[in-house]
Amino acid sequence: MCYLFIIQNRGIIKKGSVYTFLYKQVRIFVAMKTETTQLHKTNGMKDGLSPIENAVLNDYKYGFVTDIESDSAPKGLSEDIVRFISAKKNEPEWMLEWRLKAYRHWLKMEEPQWANIKYPAIDYQDIIYYSAPKQKINPESLDQIDPELRRTFEKLGISLDEQKRLTGVAVDAVVDSVSIGTSFKKQLSELGIIFCSMSEAIQEHPELIKKHLSSVVPITDNYFAALNAAVFSDGSFCYIPRGVRCPMELSTYFRINAENTGQFERTLIVAEEGSYVSYLEGCTAPMRDENQLHAAVVELIAFDNAEIKYSTVQNWYPGDKQGNGGIYNFVTKRGICQGINSKISWTQVETGSAITWKYPSVILKGDNSIGEFYSVAVTNNHQQADTGTKMQHIGKNTKSRIVSKGISAGVSNNSYRGLVHVNKKAVNARNFSQCDSLLLGDKCGAHTFPYIEVRNNTAVVEHEATTSKIGEDQIFYCNQRGIDTETAVALIVNGFAKEVMNQLPMEFAVEAQKLLAISLEGSVG
Amino acid sequence: MLTIKNLQAGIEGKRILNGINLDIKAGEVHAIMGPNGSGKSTLASVLAGRQDYEVTGGSVEFLGKDLLELSPEERACEGLFLAFQYPVEIPGLSTTNFIKTAVNEIRKYHGEKPLDAVGFLRLMKEKMALMNIDQSLLSRPLNEGFSGGEKKRNEIFQMAMLQPRLAILDETDSGLDIDAIRIVANGVNKIHSKENAVLVVTHYQRLLDYIVPDFVHVLYNGRIVKSGTKELALELEEKGYDFIKNEIDVTEQVG
Repeated sequence: MCYLFIIQNRGIIKKGSVYTFLYKQVRIFVAMKTETTQLHKTNGMKDGLSPIENAVLNDYKYGFVTDIESDSAPKGLSEDIVRFISAKKNEPEWMLEWRLKAYRHWLKMEEPQWANIKYPAIDYQDIIYYSAPKQKINPESLDQIDPELRRTFEKLGISLDEQKRLTGVAVDAVVDSVSIGTSFKKQLSELGIIFCSMSEAIQEHPELIKKHLSSVVPITDNYFAALNAAVFSDGSFCYIPRGVRCPMELSTYFRINAENTGQFERTLIVAEEGSYVSYLEGCTAPMRDENQLHAAVVELIAFDNAEIKYSTVQNWYPGDKQGNGGIYNFVTKRGICQGINSKISWTQVETGSAITWKYPSVILKGDNSIGEFYSVAVTNNHQQADTGTKMQHIGKNTKSRIVSKGISAGVSNNSYRGLVHVNKKAVNARNFSQCDSLLLGDKCGAHTFPYIEVRNNTAVVEHEATTSKIGEDQIFYCNQRGIDTETAVALIVNGFAKEVMNQLPMEFAVEAQKLLAISLEGSVG
Repeated sequence: MLTIKNLQAGIEGKRILNGINLDIKAGEVHAIMGPNGSGKSTLASVLAGRQDYEVTGGSVEFLGKDLLELSPEERACEGLFLAFQYPVEIPGLSTTNFIKTAVNEIRKYHGEKPLDAVGFLRLMKEKMALMNIDQSLLSRPLNEGFSGGEKKRNEIFQMAMLQPRLAILDETDSGLDIDAIRIVANGVNKIHSKENAVLVVTHYQRLLDYIVPDFVHVLYNGRIVKSGTKELALELEEKGYDFIKNEIDVTEQVG
């Protein structure tokens, strides 16, 4: 009958100390904040920059704009715009009502201010809420897609053809809000799997959408979720029928394209009894001067004995070195382990965006269900990230595991914020959390805000946290073996993030490593 | 191979090396001994290019190149290897992966193609047998949780893999028991050939029982004050550093 709560700082520099708490109370509420900022150490360098900083201060490699004509709504948000979007997408009446309800609720809400991020007020009337690439006909195959667009994907090294041929990944590409190509659909449909754009699902599978949409993230859930519900442009829908194991990794590539366009995707994945699916979401965006708002919603539902694995690699434009531009990324991701023995696993590699506000969560409702959260978050230059997870233990014998690796460089701030909540009825709940921070340079910050609420005295909750810094001595050691500083930083960071990277499906692991390298060349190896 | 002329260097404005002269030829083993604070480790660090140290005078030529003009990684690629007194830990990075990166970066520097997985494995197997090192050590994260002896053996294994022209062993014996010293020394002796040279930096004579030097130099107050053969090391062991100190201090006073 005890709770174990450990905050530990180990690593190259030993900052802070080891705390071990043994609690007998029935409820624990802890908010820990660790801030570490390193003192500057000058080594008689001419330009005053350490090799790490030099390696880190690099340009965003994925900045380019695809020249495609857009069919856009006027700026601003009103009931008319919501109607415009709904009409544009030829939606049924119930969908419009759903959107309007969300919009009316949103009007009454206030933007959340509690996150450890700072940004100028967003003018919601200065955003274009709908933009679709103009295409004459709906493409039936990848060959029909606008060649300019395909070149964009190729620059990113994710040619649809290549992915289709080599990896067997079904790709549903969302460029500026509208699905432009879907592959492997036939193969999947033979198994009864539905994998299509959200717009298509609303038309083709209204019963499923009515039943599940907003069942995990209600339209009133939070400010950004309500906004998303009102104006979401597209997204992916995935339905795995009973007993089916999805034979391939499902993948979607989101991309923000037209200037001043908020991108509001909505993704819904339903895994029926005994089914399994692994879903990959990858994101990159072209370079922009103006901040772009992104507020996505992802909902996952796992029934009895079902498993959903959701992996994200996010590399949106983080802004320039002075902190101008970049994507504002306010995302609500939540899954529910509805059935017994079900499992939901979130893995994320977050390297982009000027601001990241994101807490992929799991509601552990079914007995024996398992929730996992593996995260690597990189911030560089002026980037800010406040990210983490929520694990809500409701069913008996539920387990959750949190592994968060934060990497800060430049003058960025990286915060882990997590809640482990154990309900009164959640007998024998188990949680293990590990939050590690790595600092590059001396002007960045790493923060940890773990909240633990335990209302059942059979629960065991563990928390470990460490903060370390890439040392000049580590770099020198690598240099002395013939490895240049940039490669050394990449090696060290990939080592640090390994536990999370190992969770990624093969197809993503390579790209994610490249991303870390680019972000750490341009942020962290 | 290595010619050091009147090398002066310091850290944070404090001068430590006051004019070192040393000449090392291929095939030779040199030992640098000296009391604490005499500048032994500074010399090793300056040669490897650690940036905390500032060179204020003199020159170092290595295989016909101006060593001081090269970055630390270029020096490594040119064939200079430093076995660290305190090898650093890199959590999560497997030792094998680290060595593979190093081997291929050096190959790239020389315009050679990187070794593929098979080629690298073959090389590693060969050196593992030579060094009598266990696979399990190499799959672990670099130096993380390694014992003192394991860290030093790992240094020598890396030396075997990278095949340097000049290996500098910085107090490799510190913190090792006699068995570990023997293992490490055997490793060094197996790698040593007519083509390469070894510079052993040590405080105690005992390592030199196993790595037998051709020349022994005594460093004191940032200068080489006495050079000789291996017998000099024995004499130092017997009489302690004080006899050198006294000798020098007296000379300086007279001078």
